[in-house]
Amino acid sequence: MTPRAFHAALLDPARPVPEGLTDGAGAPAGRRFAVYRNNVAVSLTEALETGFPVVRALLGEGNFARVAGLFLRRHPPESPLMMRYGAAFPAFLAGLEALEGMGYLPDCARLDLAMRRSYHAADARPVDAAELMTPDGTALAGLRIALAPAAILLRSPWPIHALRRLALEPGAPPPPAEAQDVLILRPDYDPAPHLLPPGGGAFVAALRDGKDFGTALDRAGDGFDPAACLSLLLAGRAITALIPKDR
Amino acid sequence: MPPITPLPAAPGVGYKPQHYTPILADAAPVQWLEIHAENYMGDGGRPLAQLRSLSERFAISVHGVGLSIGGEGALDRDHLARLKHLVEWLNPASFSEHLAWSTHDSHFLNDLLPLPYTDATLARICDHVDEVQEVLGRRMLLENPSSYLAFAESTRDEPGFLAEIAQRTGCGLLLDVNNVFVSATNLGFTPQGYIDAFPLDRVGEIHVGGHDEDEDDHGAPLLIDSHGREVADPVWALLDHTLARSGPLPVLVEWDTDVPDWPVLAAEARRARAALARTLVPA
Repeated sequence: MTPRAFHAALLDPARPVPEGLTDGAGAPAGRRFAVYRNNVAVSLTEALETGFPVVRALLGEGNFARVAGLFLRRHPPESPLMMRYGAAFPAFLAGLEALEGMGYLPDCARLDLAMRRSYHAADARPVDAAELMTPDGTALAGLRIALAPAAILLRSPWPIHALRRLALEPGAPPPPAEAQDVLILRPDYDPAPHLLPPGGGAFVAALRDGKDFGTALDRAGDGFDPAACLSLLLAGRAITALIPKDR
Repeated sequence: MPPITPLPAAPGVGYKPQHYTPILADAAPVQWLEIHAENYMGDGGRPLAQLRSLSERFAISVHGVGLSIGGEGALDRDHLARLKHLVEWLNPASFSEHLAWSTHDSHFLNDLLPLPYTDATLARICDHVDEVQEVLGRRMLLENPSSYLAFAESTRDEPGFLAEIAQRTGCGLLLDVNNVFVSATNLGFTPQGYIDAFPLDRVGEIHVGGHDEDEDDHGAPLLIDSHGREVADPVWALLDHTLARSGPLPVLVEWDTDVPDWPVLAAEARRARAALARTLVPA
């Protein structure tokens, strides 16, 4: 009996119970081995259920359990940090033929992952709102705006913000047929997803990539109102530094 | 002889985040808390903030579930570094892990899996315990597993195996009395005999917890270490049997699934306190 044989049989219920395992009195272990099989499958399935609440709600309990069962055997965790388990889940969902009609599901899984990442992200001290109130509005144009590690942007061709509401909020309206960019902010310890207005995704993406405020405004395009977006960032305690462009 | 750990010889519970507020409002039943190390290895946020605040009020025991000390391969250096980081930040009263494996070929299986008790596995585990103690710069406790099956190739019994590890490495032991009861029922030995053979002078902490009842292929009782209900009466009796021989020790109540509201868990902690009180003798 090698750990290799034990390990292989754990993840593949079609394999026979490894030899050399007994009931303590010399008889073959039989379904006692199934306790370990079951523990592994149940604990990993529960980790996925907890980690992907939106996907779980959209698929329904039974379907999610079947998909999770396929995933955990193909992609067992590669680290004891279960808080990170499932990074490969979005791509796995995208590759499942049976889910072809739910093209939005991988991005919903990415949103679930991002919420979890935000929850565990490093704490950061936000700047004072007063620091943004420059007497000369143009001064802001040359600044880079550093964002907190817990502030996470997700851009999607699908209405992921509305789909998340549909999944988790009773009575939520049906999702519109539009692309949606979501910014997750964690003002204290609870991450919340915010739907960004048109241009907001490009604006925040530019800030996140270290572009200065003026460049981010250009990226956002005509008709974008930076004041609303800055208010959102401030309220979410997501701005951690204002850095002159040249530094 | 000084105690194996600075944990108080008093009741503690496995900490669950949903108990944060009630536990601070009604802390009397417990003097210390145990956390699962891997849940506190994020970069920040609520878990670490809660832990920081709890550590100002309670002694903390860090209990690892992911190191795979019984694994065939080398210990995961990255994981050991994360543990070192947590232990240096928190400076807990105790660090413990399991006589089990959970990682093979880089796959982490999120369960405590069994191993045969042979000279070869003994040597490997001693190397791993030595490495952990060296990296963390402290003595660790090693916990006895709950077993559903046995290995034909085993040449040593479990109390003797653990005693030898403690002897060779200087580590302490965590005696899970519920695991003893579960394994004894499942494998057909007497739990009191196991306790009587156990090196109780090496024990730094005791666990009790709830188990579920099932059956094997032949209709024999098969107990599952589920941590999802009250501690069973025969396990409380086995705790009494243990404490009568060991004297007072830190006793932890584990409840990890279907976690109840705080008053239910607090009642279990009070039961552990009563068991500890029975061990007191006049000076």
